[in-house]
Amino acid sequence: MATRKIPARLAVRKTLKMYSGGAFIRSESGRVLPLSAGKGEPVVNVPEASRKDLRNAVVAARKAQTGWAGRTAFNQSQILYRAAEMLEGRRESFIARLAATGGRKADETARREVDLAIDVLVGYAGWPDKIGQVFGGTNPVAAPFFNITSPEALGVVGIVAPATPPLLGLVASIAPVIAGGNTCVVLLPAEASLIGLELGEVLATSDLPGGVVNLLSAPQAGTLAHLAGHADVDGLLATAITAEDHREIETLGAETLKRIVVLPEAPGMDQAPADIVSPYRMLSFLEMKTAWHPIGV
Amino acid sequence: MATNESSTLRTPRRLLFGDLWTYAPAPESRDIVRLQPRYGHFIDGAFTEGGETMQTINPATEEVLAEVAVGTSEDVDRAVKAARRALDGPWGRMSGAERGKFLYRIARLIQEHARELAVLESLDGGKPIRESRDIDIPLAAAHFFYYAGWADKLGYAVPGAQVGPVGVAGQIIPWNFPLLMAAWKLAPALACGNTLVLKPAENTPLTAMRLAELILEADLPPGVVNIVNGAGATGSALVEHPGVNKIAFTGSTAVGRHIQRAIAGSGKKLTLELGGKGANIIFEDAPIDQAVEGIVAGIFFNQGHVCCAGSRLLVQESIHDEVMEKLRWRMQSLRVGDPLDKNTDVGAINSREQLERIQTLVASGVEAGGQLYQCPGDLPEKGFFFRPSVFTGLAQSARVAQEEIFGPVLTVLTFRTPEEAIERANNTPYGLSAGVWSDKGSRLFMVAGAMRAGVVWGNTFNRFDPTSPFGGYKESGFGREGGRHGLLPYLEVR
Repeated sequence: MATRKIPARLAVRKTLKMYSGGAFIRSESGRVLPLSAGKGEPVVNVPEASRKDLRNAVVAARKAQTGWAGRTAFNQSQILYRAAEMLEGRRESFIARLAATGGRKADETARREVDLAIDVLVGYAGWPDKIGQVFGGTNPVAAPFFNITSPEALGVVGIVAPATPPLLGLVASIAPVIAGGNTCVVLLPAEASLIGLELGEVLATSDLPGGVVNLLSAPQAGTLAHLAGHADVDGLLATAITAEDHREIETLGAETLKRIVVLPEAPGMDQAPADIVSPYRMLSFLEMKTAWHPIGV
Repeated sequence: MATNESSTLRTPRRLLFGDLWTYAPAPESRDIVRLQPRYGHFIDGAFTEGGETMQTINPATEEVLAEVAVGTSEDVDRAVKAARRALDGPWGRMSGAERGKFLYRIARLIQEHARELAVLESLDGGKPIRESRDIDIPLAAAHFFYYAGWADKLGYAVPGAQVGPVGVAGQIIPWNFPLLMAAWKLAPALACGNTLVLKPAENTPLTAMRLAELILEADLPPGVVNIVNGAGATGSALVEHPGVNKIAFTGSTAVGRHIQRAIAGSGKKLTLELGGKGANIIFEDAPIDQAVEGIVAGIFFNQGHVCCAGSRLLVQESIHDEVMEKLRWRMQSLRVGDPLDKNTDVGAINSREQLERIQTLVASGVEAGGQLYQCPGDLPEKGFFFRPSVFTGLAQSARVAQEEIFGPVLTVLTFRTPEEAIERANNTPYGLSAGVWSDKGSRLFMVAGAMRAGVVWGNTFNRFDPTSPFGGYKESGFGREGGRHGLLPYLEVR
């Protein structure tokens, strides 16, 4: 047996943790899924989110929601832009992570994906203080009343991120949801967990209040159904799920009349940021409130 | 020193309308309505006989008005196929401007037949002629008129996106505002270039069938609008038909939930306008007399058969007694009776089934220890009537304070602080409407902003307009009807 050479300095490996309620946590179940981080890289033990982890994350998301929605739109915009700044700052490490698990042309694809993810964040950073102007407004009712419609956050949104592209798919799911004042609980498929949990470290340093985004990795069986049936989750956004899962989450979500959006595929790497950033994605998780008041004496 | 002022104060004399003299009957003539003995369906531009029938009755007299066909899944299938052909045919190729002109025609035809439609609506559904004449029918016409103008301007409604119709819409409407709900469904769907199959409520199909005749008179291409009568099974057949691209439903939360489950995974678009348990919040600085009118309009309008009714009154503790005294006084002048009488304020309960449901829930309120006040006076001997009723002294947990009654029954709760009012108002799975009464602007904005409800009326209640979006939060459903927002459910946005 060949003896392994001991390096002069031992590298410090990172324990990847889930990001929930503003804290980095292991799964309460104690279970981990060993995942390859690429050839020559040490195996990463990713926490396997349990249903209890999910319930805790929903509690954190609910607790954070009113405060997040109550921030000024300007402040929300700045925080989303801050997230883009943080991601830009860790650009090389994300490219390396993505490239390590890719095949040929991995560097080029990874670079493209990270750039798109940053630009999508910047795109959505501009929306919080404009969505109400573009999609709300006064209504000319045929009586002496002032009548105005304005969008409000839906509440807590459950997100099923696509397996690939892991970073862009995740950012394109989260950004429109939180830009509207919602908080979210994200289930990361195992394949997207390494990158997804790294993004948690970006968000944690972006002045985003704890609990606004909660990232749960490698969910155990039954977690998706638990999310869809959870009575304190108001909406669901799922990308690239199977037909059976689609039917199941819509069936379970009907119990509390959830707003459910199922996207057949993740954003493509050939798309421009402007094709990905859409206020219509935000509108799916906004409620329109219309207020009336008499005009007169 | 000043004289003792109290010696000059007198108890104000109050005049109770209808108490010192009797009203002469003022019935609207029903001669303007020509009923057919039997109604079928309206499919592919033609009236069909249909098979098995059900009866539609006048709930104020229990008189049978007509036999109405019960649509089978074959009828639904023919209607959906006709709608698809129309979509692939002339309607799909027509310019928005031309589509709009058809809608303007329909609006005008409704206006021209407004009196007839109002009488028919009151006959079939039991609502006071004053309301069908002044609210339901004019608003129905206004809805067509409003959406007619959108048909050639859809690009402006959806900035930055390309739009097209969704396809064939299946629309199911309730019995509380039969023609108005048909207008809410038809007008935006047609403006956006869709074709549709409408299922009216089984209790109130008559104005929809009269609308079909007007649609025929407007020369709308065959198959663009199809109407299939029937009850739940007919609705299910429509919901589950694979040729339908979009479902729009107005009705109970239980049925809405069932529909959402039934189409799970199908990719069909869905909008639901469901139940409510609206809070009407009165602060101590509110204009009390106006607020009392608002309470009455909030719960007794249309016999309380209103999904956005202000059925939970939240009164600040300091003015509770004053508000209740004035409300009881005001309720004494409400006239309950013949829907066709122009002086009637509260008409007939829509069906025996609904009357029994109201009676059961009110009994549960009495059993729970609530104090019940009801309007005095005689009720007609025949027909389905229920006295406008108010419960006080009940806990928030009482059934009548939690469940949608869909009748003229108000539950009164109190609060001390604005925070408590907000908490209590939002403490329901529903989120359709709320009312806030206060003279203080900053408080009104704060409370209106905190309401988890799709429509908030400040110092008013139960106002509707075609330009004003309507729809719920939470378990009151999703999607908006009315206004620019009412177009989105009927557009494919690319």
